[in-house]
Amino acid sequence: MPTTETEFLHEVAAGEYKYGWETNVEADTIPKGLDEDVVRLISAKKDEPEWLLAWRLRAWRHWEKLAANPEEKYPRWPHLKYTEPDFRNITYYSSPSKKPRYESLDEVDEDLLETFKRLGIPLAEQEKLAGVAVDAVLDSVSVHTTFKEELAEQGIIFCSFGEAVQEHPELVQKYMGSVVPYTDNFYAALNAAVFSDGSFCYIPKGVRCPMELSTYFRINQAGTGQFERTLIIAEEGSYVSYLEGCTAPMRDENQLHAAVVEIVAEAHAEVKYSTIQNWYPGDNEGRGGVFNFVTKRGICKGDHAKISWTQLETGSAITWKYPSVILKGDRSVGEFYSVAFTKGRQQADTGTKMVHLGKNTKSTIISKGISGGRSNNSYRGLVKINKGAENARNFSQCDSMLLGDRCGAHTFPYIEIKNPSAQVEHEATTSKIGEDQMFYCFQRGIGEEAAIKLIVNGFCKEILAKLPMEFAVEAQKLLDIELEGSVG
Amino acid sequence: MLQINNLHARIEEQNILKGVDLTVSAGEVHAIMGPNGSGKSTLASVLAGREEFEVTDGNVLYQGQDLLEMEPDERALEGVFLAFQYPVELPGVSMNNFLRQALNQQREYRGEEPLSAGAFLKRMKACAALVDLDPQLMSRAVNDGFSGGEKKRNEIFQLAMLEPRLAIMDETDSGLDIDALRTVADGVNALRRNDRSFVVITHYQRLLDYIIPDTVHVMVDGRIVRSGGKELALDLEKKGYDWIREETVAV
Ligand SMILES: Nc1ncnc2c1ncn2[C@@H]1O[C@H](COP(=O)(O)OP(=O)(O)OP(=O)(O)O)[C@@H](O)[C@H]1O
Ligand SMILES: [Mg+2]
Repeated sequence: MPTTETEFLHEVAAGEYKYGWETNVEADTIPKGLDEDVVRLISAKKDEPEWLLAWRLRAWRHWEKLAANPEEKYPRWPHLKYTEPDFRNITYYSSPSKKPRYESLDEVDEDLLETFKRLGIPLAEQEKLAGVAVDAVLDSVSVHTTFKEELAEQGIIFCSFGEAVQEHPELVQKYMGSVVPYTDNFYAALNAAVFSDGSFCYIPKGVRCPMELSTYFRINQAGTGQFERTLIIAEEGSYVSYLEGCTAPMRDENQLHAAVVEIVAEAHAEVKYSTIQNWYPGDNEGRGGVFNFVTKRGICKGDHAKISWTQLETGSAITWKYPSVILKGDRSVGEFYSVAFTKGRQQADTGTKMVHLGKNTKSTIISKGISGGRSNNSYRGLVKINKGAENARNFSQCDSMLLGDRCGAHTFPYIEIKNPSAQVEHEATTSKIGEDQMFYCFQRGIGEEAAIKLIVNGFCKEILAKLPMEFAVEAQKLLDIELEGSVG
Repeated sequence: MLQINNLHARIEEQNILKGVDLTVSAGEVHAIMGPNGSGKSTLASVLAGREEFEVTDGNVLYQGQDLLEMEPDERALEGVFLAFQYPVELPGVSMNNFLRQALNQQREYRGEEPLSAGAFLKRMKACAALVDLDPQLMSRAVNDGFSGGEKKRNEIFQLAMLEPRLAIMDETDSGLDIDALRTVADGVNALRRNDRSFVVITHYQRLLDYIIPDTVHVMVDGRIVRSGGKELALDLEKKGYDWIREETVAV
């Protein structure tokens, strides 16, 4: 039993990672290194059409240009300190099989099925999660997508990105890069050049997707980067709720994850995108852990469209991510709800961009940062109201909670208003768990660990409540595990 | 039940308790009165285990155990309950969740199974009714936005839920309207048992009309300077504290 709250918090912050094991599976892994040949090789492995290779190569050339510029390669504006990845020392493609695609579940190695089962994602027909369709991605390849046929009956396409390229090239070609062009930033360019798989989702006009769609990403192979792309298209009047989860084994070296997510919501469509990010955070001395450099953006293309990002970020050594919404359609709505929990030596610089273009557009940002150990947790957000965005409204609230006295919390709100009719509100608070709150809990017989869990859960409850019900419970458990001291 | 001997405590170099002696037997109700700042809440806090206060001398026996050696949550689990003078807000933590947690930790401590959802609900309704607390409050965050009176009722409601052996009530009557005072007092009386003791801190004799104490103590400047029957409260009401101060100085 720790003797003081501070000591306890230090123990909490040193808690162990539960997903750190690795799967031994024979893999088709290409040699380390990055050049034009690697880009061509990945494209060839995936048997891609000419137009896609051409696009990758354009992205590659752009990346090479950016890589020559230190400011692009290692921007100084995030509140992050890290040694920049050695891009020549990473493997850009690793497939858990000689085949780049599985035709059916029978082809999937037992060990792999066991891996996902252990992660709480059973894929086998008789065990699959009720009400949730899952695309399971290991390293560079989608292992399996459940409920594909059932969804297809309503015209919903839910499959791996690789499969979409083969089966629905017209859709991929039309939308890929339309929200996050490869010129967007350094990591977006890298992803476009070397991405290996990811999820694809298309909801036809007027269809309400009857189940949660979910992609589960796992990095397994050592020295391998994960570069996946997700593309979600919601046609007019459709609705989909989508969830992404991620874990990785414990490794001493840093692993790079540079993903791109693009969402297109047409008029009256609604997309709810939720993330439970739990990449390996590194050990307490800051060794190892995933570098999570992610570009996520959605566009509300039509009037009354709505996109919400909800995220629980507990993992990664470094998180650099700003899920954003471009509010183009009139009366469109963008939302960002985030809980970011950092401990040990983790560093997170996360937030959102809300870009108001259409009239009467509305955005809401609620961010809760919890920092423990020697971690650093920053919120960075931009609210931009363009000239034509008559009567745009934004409400932002950023709350930080400090566990202990060796961690940091920072808030960097940027506001650009070009239309005087805009109404923008920003609130920010920083708190510690009060001694009197702890004492009140103790006095009711609630011990230290349970009291901190209660109070932290209370702090982020309104965000966790936004997650789809099936995952809200998972999320709370994850947070509880993260808060657990030396137990386990 | 409780035996306090020569208890001295200080905070930030300032001596607050300067030799408190008090013995409470099982089933008794003791009232503590005394001027503002005399150390009544400090005594309650020290008994409940608030770490900011440093005990510099004396000892406390609770059911034969050294109370001061116990962690604050352990004291609670052993049946010490403090109804706070200023109940604390826990934003986002629902009353339901909080009390469930408290009850189940207590049951686990005693080696009992957690309470079923149904049994919990039933007990909660009964206890809420005892102090006429709106059950709607159970789905709200602990004390968050509760009115002054609701906060006080909520303390006694929790007392009823947790069934302590020693209940310390710190100015539960302040902030209650006349009818609420009656209700809460009736609730407390209903909870009186011959194996449960109460220490009631109050400024007003009125409460003691309802909750009839076995003994009334007067605390002045960190010491209990006078003890007597319930008539003592009436005397204080009439004459104030100055005469006691003077007599104490004279002695
Ligand atoms: N945290 C603290 N820091 C400094 N002084 C304190 C602290 N808590 C209490 N004191 C001081 O100790 C003395 C006793 O306070 P206490 O709250 O015990 O009085 P009380 O008898 O309960 O008064 P009241 O009737 O007003 O509630 C006061 O002078 C008070 O200012
Ligand atoms: Mg007091």
